Order: sequence, then C-alpha cells, then structure tokens
Amino acid sequence: MTDTIMTWSSVQPAIAEIYLVVAICVVLLIGVFAGEKRPALISTVTMIALAVGAALTVAYGHVTHHRVLFDGMYVADELSYVLKLVGFMVVAVVLLYSRAYLENRNILHIEYYVLTLTALLGIFVLVSANSLLTVYIGVELLALSVYALAAFDRDSGIAAESAIKYFVLGAIASGALLYGMSLIYGLTGTLDLEQIAVKVHSPSNLGVILGLVFIVVTVAFKLGAVPFHMWLPDVYQGSPTCVTTFIGTAPKIAYFGLTLRLLAHGLGGASAEWTQMLSVLAILSLVEGNTVALVQTNIKRLLAYSTISNVGFILLGFVAGTPSGYTAALYYTLIYVLVVLGSFGVVLLLSRAGYEADKLDDFKGLSQRDPLLAFAMMLLMFSTAGVPPFVGAWAKLRIFQALWETQHFWLVVIAAATSVIGLFYYLRVIWFMYFDQPTGDAPAVVRSTGVRLVLVANAAAVFLLGVLPSGLLELCSRLIH
Amino acid sequence: MHGLLSLLVWLPVGAGILVLLLGERNIVAGRWVALAATILTLILTLPLIAGFDTTTANFQFLESVPWVPRFHANYSLGLDGISLPLVVLTAFITIFVVIAGWSVIEKRAAQYYAAFLIMEGLMIGVFSATDALLFYFFWEAMLIPMFLIIGIWGGPRRVYATLKFFLYTFLGSVFMLAALIYMYVKAGDYSIASFQRLPLTLVEQRCIFVAFLAAFAVKVPMWPVHTWLPDAHVEAPTGGSVILAAIMLKMGGYGFLRFSLPIAPDASRELDMLLISLSLIAVVYIGFVAIVQQDMKKLIAYSSITHMGFVTLGSFLVYDIVRATGSVQGAGMGLDGAMVQMVSHGLVSGALFLCVGVLYDRMHTRQISDYGGVINTMPIFAAFMVLFGLANTGVPGTSGFVGEWLVIMAAFKASFWYSLLAATTLVLSAIYSLWLVKRVIYGPIGNDRVAALQDLNGREFLILATLAIAVLLVGIWPAPLLKIMQPTIHHLVDQAIATKIPL
Repeated sequence: MTDTIMTWSSVQPAIAEIYLVVAICVVLLIGVFAGEKRPALISTVTMIALAVGAALTVAYGHVTHHRVLFDGMYVADELSYVLKLVGFMVVAVVLLYSRAYLENRNILHIEYYVLTLTALLGIFVLVSANSLLTVYIGVELLALSVYALAAFDRDSGIAAESAIKYFVLGAIASGALLYGMSLIYGLTGTLDLEQIAVKVHSPSNLGVILGLVFIVVTVAFKLGAVPFHMWLPDVYQGSPTCVTTFIGTAPKIAYFGLTLRLLAHGLGGASAEWTQMLSVLAILSLVEGNTVALVQTNIKRLLAYSTISNVGFILLGFVAGTPSGYTAALYYTLIYVLVVLGSFGVVLLLSRAGYEADKLDDFKGLSQRDPLLAFAMMLLMFSTAGVPPFVGAWAKLRIFQALWETQHFWLVVIAAATSVIGLFYYLRVIWFMYFDQPTGDAPAVVRSTGVRLVLVANAAAVFLLGVLPSGLLELCSRLIH
Repeated sequence: MHGLLSLLVWLPVGAGILVLLLGERNIVAGRWVALAATILTLILTLPLIAGFDTTTANFQFLESVPWVPRFHANYSLGLDGISLPLVVLTAFITIFVVIAGWSVIEKRAAQYYAAFLIMEGLMIGVFSATDALLFYFFWEAMLIPMFLIIGIWGGPRRVYATLKFFLYTFLGSVFMLAALIYMYVKAGDYSIASFQRLPLTLVEQRCIFVAFLAAFAVKVPMWPVHTWLPDAHVEAPTGGSVILAAIMLKMGGYGFLRFSLPIAPDASRELDMLLISLSLIAVVYIGFVAIVQQDMKKLIAYSSITHMGFVTLGSFLVYDIVRATGSVQGAGMGLDGAMVQMVSHGLVSGALFLCVGVLYDRMHTRQISDYGGVINTMPIFAAFMVLFGLANTGVPGTSGFVGEWLVIMAAFKASFWYSLLAATTLVLSAIYSLWLVKRVIYGPIGNDRVAALQDLNGREFLILATLAIAVLLVGIWPAPLLKIMQPTIHHLVDQAIATKIPL
C-alpha cells in the first residue's frame, strides 16, 4: 500500500511538480513587482527557474522503479522522469526562440511566461497521472493555459478567433472525457488506473466500450487526429507563432503520456476495441493530413497538417498494441517534438517586427539570403519527411517494425504510400528555399547569434541522432518495458 | 587493408564537407580539394583490385561494427565480384564530373562540388554495404545531393524534373524499406546474407519481390516507370547527367542482383516473364522512341533506358536458360552480360553526356537541329563523338559489344524469340546513335555559330581520351572484368535457382 503519512521520501519523486508550483508563484510575484518596467527580466528569471527545475529533478526526482504516491493518484517511474526533463528542455528552447518575436511585437508580458509554466505543470501532472482524477486535472490545467496563450496577443483578431474556437471545441472534448470517465468509474467502481486495468478485460461489455469511445474521442481531439482535428490548423495559424511553437511541441509529450497511461495501461484490457478505433483515426489522419497539406500556402498551416499526419503515425504505434508499438510511439513523439521545435524556430527567426513571414513565399531564395537558416530548415524538412540519414527515418522505421510484428500489412502499405504523398510538400519548402530566387521585396534576415546557435544545435541533433540512433532507441525501449 | 572501404566512403564525404566549409570565396582551393579527393579515391581502389581474390564468392575487405545493436544492424561493408567493378566505376567517373565542371560552373560552385563529393561517398556506400539497413540509408541519402544538383544547377524546368525524380524514387524505396523491415522481423538481423538464407513462402516472396521491383524498376528505369529519366537528364547539369546515367541507374541493376534474385528466387522464377517482357519492351519500343528525339540529351537518355533493358533482360534470363537447356551450365551468361553491360554503359553514356556537355558549353543548346558539320570546326571532338556513338551501338572492339553480345547469346539459349527481339537493338541503336552523329557531326557547317566553334581544350581532351581508352580496353580485353565477376555470378546462379520455400 501507499504511504499515508507524508514524509520527504514519499513526495520526493514529485519534486518537479512541487518545485514548479513554487517557481510559478515566484515568477508571478517578480513579474507583478518588476515585470512591466523591465520585461527582459522575467524572461531571464523563467530560464533560470527552468534550469533549476531540471537540476532538482535530476538530483532528487530520479526513480529507477515504478512508485505510486498520494494514495494511488500519482505514479513516478523512469518514463515520467525522462518526459519531465524533456518538458523542461523543450519549454526552455521554446522560450528562447520566442523572446525576440515577443520583443518585436511589444508583447513581452509576464503572462506569456507564467502561462507557459502552468501549461508545463499540466504536462507533468499528465505524464504522472495514475487516476482518472489526476488525468482530468492535468488535461484541464494544460488546456486552460494553452487557450489563454492562444489569445495572448490581445490586439490580434485572428488570435482571438482561434482561441475561441479552441476553447469551445476543447470544452466539448473535456465534457466527453468526463462522461467517458464517469462510465468507466460507474462500471469499475474505481478511479485508480491500476485497479481499472485489473477490472477491465477482454471481451469488454458494452458500457466499457461506450466509455472508451468518449475517451478515445478526447485523445483524438487533443492529439489532433482526423476527424477531430478541425481546431488544429486554425489555432496553429491564428496564434502568435511563438505560441504555435509551444502548442506544437511540449503538449504532444503530455498527450503521448495521456494515451499511454489511460488507454495502454488503464484500459489495456480493452485494447482489442481501442486499437480498432485508433487504426481508423490513424488512417484518416495520414490521408487527410498529407493530402490537405499539399495545397497550403501558409507555413504554419502546412506544419499543422503535417502534425495531423504525424499524429497518424504516432497512433499507429499504439495500434500495434504491444510494448514495441508503445516504444515506437514514444520514440516518434520525441523525434517529432525535436523536429517541429526546429521548424518553428526557423519560422520565428524569419519573422520580424510587423511582419510574420509565415507564407511559403517568404521562404523563396532563403538559401541566398541566409544559407545557415536554409540549411537547417532543409535538414528539418528532410527529417520530417523521413528521408535518411536524418532521425525522422528511424521514427518511421520503428513504427513500421511495430506494425510488421503485429502483422498489420495494410497499415504498412497505407502509411508508406501516404508518406510519399507527404514528401511533396516538404520538398516544396526546400524547392522554395534553394531553387527559387528571392522575390524583390524579400526582407533581409535578422541575425541574433545566440538563438541561431540553439537552432544549429537543434538541426545538428536531427542529423546526429539519425546517424547514431542507438542511444535514444535504447532509452525509449527501456522506458516502456 | 582494414578500413579501406570505410575510407573510400568517408573520404569523399569529408572532402565534400571541407569544400562546403571553404565556401564560395575559396573556390579555387575548393576545386583542387575536390579533384585531389576524387583522384585519391580512385587510387585507393587500386589495392582493392590488386588484392581481390577471384577464386571466391565471399565478401572481401570486410568491416563490421555494431551500429544499432537493438536492431542487430551493423555498419558492415564488403565487396564481391559484382560490387567491386561498380565501386571502381563510381570512383573513376566522379573524377570526370569534377574536371568537367572546372571552369563551367560559376553559380555556387563550392556547393556543386560538395554535392558531388558527398554523393560519391554515398554511392560507394550503396555498392559496398552488406547490411540491408545501411544499404537503405546510403540508397536514400544519395537522393538528397542529386535532388539539389538538378534543382539548383539544372535547366528551365528543373524544379519539375527534380521533384519527379525524387518522388518516383522515394515511392519505390519506401516499399523496399517495408520489405526489409518485414524480413528483419522474421530473420532477427539486418544482414543481407541472412535475408538471403531466410526461408520464405511463395506469397511472402511475391510481396517482397514486388516491393523490390518498385524500388529497382524505378531506378533502372524500366518501362513503364522510366518517364522521370528523360526529364531529369534534360534538366540536369552535365555532371548530374553523367552521374545519373553512369552510376545511379546501375543501382537498380545491382539491386536486382543483390536482393531480388537471391532473396526471392521462387518469386523471380515465377515472375521472370514479366521482367523479360518489360525489358524487351524497353529495348524495342524505347529504341524507336529514341530515334525521333530532337534533343541530344533526351536521345541519350532514351538510349540509356534501352541499354539498361539489356541489364534486366540478362538478369532474369537465368530461369529460361535452365528450363530450355535443362542444365545450369551457361545459365550465368545472361548475368555476365548484364554486369558487363552495366560497366560499359557507365563508361559510354557518361562519355556521351560529357560530349553533349562540351557542345552545350559552347552553343548553349542541345537541339540537334542547331548543329551540323561540327567536324569542320572541331575535328578532334568529332573523332571522340563518333567513337562513343559507335560504342553506343555496340560495335565490336568497344565495350558496348561485349555486354550486348553476351545477353543476346544468353537470350538465344533461352528462346529464339527473345534473341530476335533483343537483337533488334543492333539496328535501332545504330539508327539513333549514328543518325545523331550524322546530323550533329557530319555534313556542311550548319550555321554561323557552328562555324565559330573552338575545338577541345586540354581539360576536355583529357576527359574524353581517358574514357575512350577505358571503352576500348573493356571492349578488346574484357577477360579481367569477367574473371573478377565469375565466382560471384556462379554463386548467384546457385542462389537464384535454389528454392527457399520452407517444406
């Protein structure tokens, strides 16, 4: 049984969350008293807070085996530990990329930093959730922070529009999640995912399947799988680019955690049912994401549809329904976050005061205006397309392998065929950058050394992990088993 | 000797990165680095030729380091009788590409040389990988520099051509990857040798064969998936065309020999008629298509397709020979022919594209009708062009003869009708090659611009003379080449006619 008396050792694995709550308060206070006069300060403080958080997590939050805390509400294992560290890192990079963007638009406010941190807290809660209640708290904490972030640029009509869309649809999804959870709770009599796992087994009764449907709908909505993807392109395009960068990266880790804890672990007994549902979602996402992306002229929208197709791939890992498949999905998610982070980083670096640079045409002749940026973007695009020797190829390979192991012949064929369709639009970005001349009024690219260095490191990681993939592959498979 | 193959792969890649880092400002140094690296690479292949044991079909110069232990994928390289000639060919041809671009490429020259150097390393990697995953990585990675070469330095429709090239090739390769992973799941590791040993049911073999066919038929290219090639050739810069024709097409043929035949022998036996028919269509129909071309590069591109038709024809004749003669004796003749044809076509088509490049650099047109009577102003060039034109038709004494003759003889053993259709190429290739030569080289001077042409400079002479010597050498004395291939081809025949269906 779990400890009933709180001691240091009984809460130690939750150090990341506890620290983050304190850090959020501190950042908020500093922001309130000093923020508006010295906006740059808050950015520095947040970066330090993230670094300290990561250090504390490494020092105290490491667990080698599965531990359940807070009366079964919370689970700490190596997976959650690693995902939290990744979360710290991703958010730090996002904030680094965003700063110049925010400054240029005079929207460098403390709210951006505070909301990003609360969203991060939501992510942490989700990846450590061991009860339906914790899952719901994590989902809402993350979602509410992100809604506010999407509307963060107060003066932008399109941002407000996308935020409203996101909020209304997200509220419906939350409702569906609660309803599904209530059904599962009613049938099993427990909120604890481990006990649910014991009580739900195949073949499931109709009530469980009904609850499952609502939960799967929510998972699909959060990930952006077709047909629950409608919000995604609009939000990606409408939000300030730095917010899009955040939405496109860190929450994906959380939703991977959500899918794993809720479906693969909690409702693992009903896997025969949900793998079928997910395979339909995956196929639709692959087809729609890749074909609709072909005609996009806005890079943010293009990356949104690319996200949808990549979500299809992540879901395929879960469709396999084996530890190997979950490993593949985890690996794919991490790689995807890494690559998308870089891609949006390039978009952010390209934009300047009063100019978004989010049209595909803005990339024309980039290789002559800024060879380094173009080269980094080329690596990232080839990687997303799954062309060796970049890391994206391993991610796809790993998914294919999981599907073969479970004899999903047609899913392999569909995934292979759609990824060729998808290749076209990634190549088109490279074509614009390398084969076209800059258009007459194409502005020069602003240079900011520090951020460029991070971007180069990001692109280099995509290449190095592609050539030497072993470490990360081993890590992912150790985390799942 | 250990590490020699790795050096062959990574030396050009490293040199390419160095040239890229030197940048456009130090292009003079960059050019010399590129030239030195390619020449050094060729010199490094000499110990391979000298040290190659021609009595065994085993892989030689083996290197193996664990690469991805979880997938049992190794970084393992090795050469046998069918990969050695292609590696040497790659190292040989790339030198001419560097020299051919010497004073011609002005736009982003450092990137140009870097792309070709990196590609050389990757191509050598394709031919020497003995691990399927490593092979796949080289195979796909190689598309990236070629994509950029056509897209950046190509002609007016370069974007269309290069996207078509990339998408076509990638489409085929994705299915090959799926097949490789499938076999990995069954075999437990990625080495090509264990795939070749893996028992597979007929249904599995069929699927795998079709997946490989998708990858290799596009690369060769076989009719009807050949349409990317004329587009790519016409738009590519001279160096790109040379590499495309001389080396990249060979990878399709190499794939059939390394993967399709030994891994799916029963499916190959069952589906050999399909391959033979497609090859014969390529030989006859594309031969006619080549005749009517107005653009020199397009004509050579179509002639490449017919010549590569001989490669696929020769590769898949083995079953019909066994069926017709009832013995394994001489079954490898078609495979011998296919291999010699690949080497020969590498030299001849490369040389022809370089000849077109020589003319194009002076006149900036590839239309045949813009030329005429070039011999009057460029006699030395004309001599070379005539020689390569003849080699393209397969005149005895040139390298083109040996491969075609072997394949036609093998076809005759298999079936009279195959040989009849295959032999039409002797007429068709004579028509398109010689008519091309006649219209461009001979006759009265066509126009003022032809009248003002300068003959070859030293650089161009050096390139064409070296290639001419190579073409004649392989044509007159092919025995060393055949000797290198012999044990491997024997082994391949054994693998191809054995059955892998588990009882």
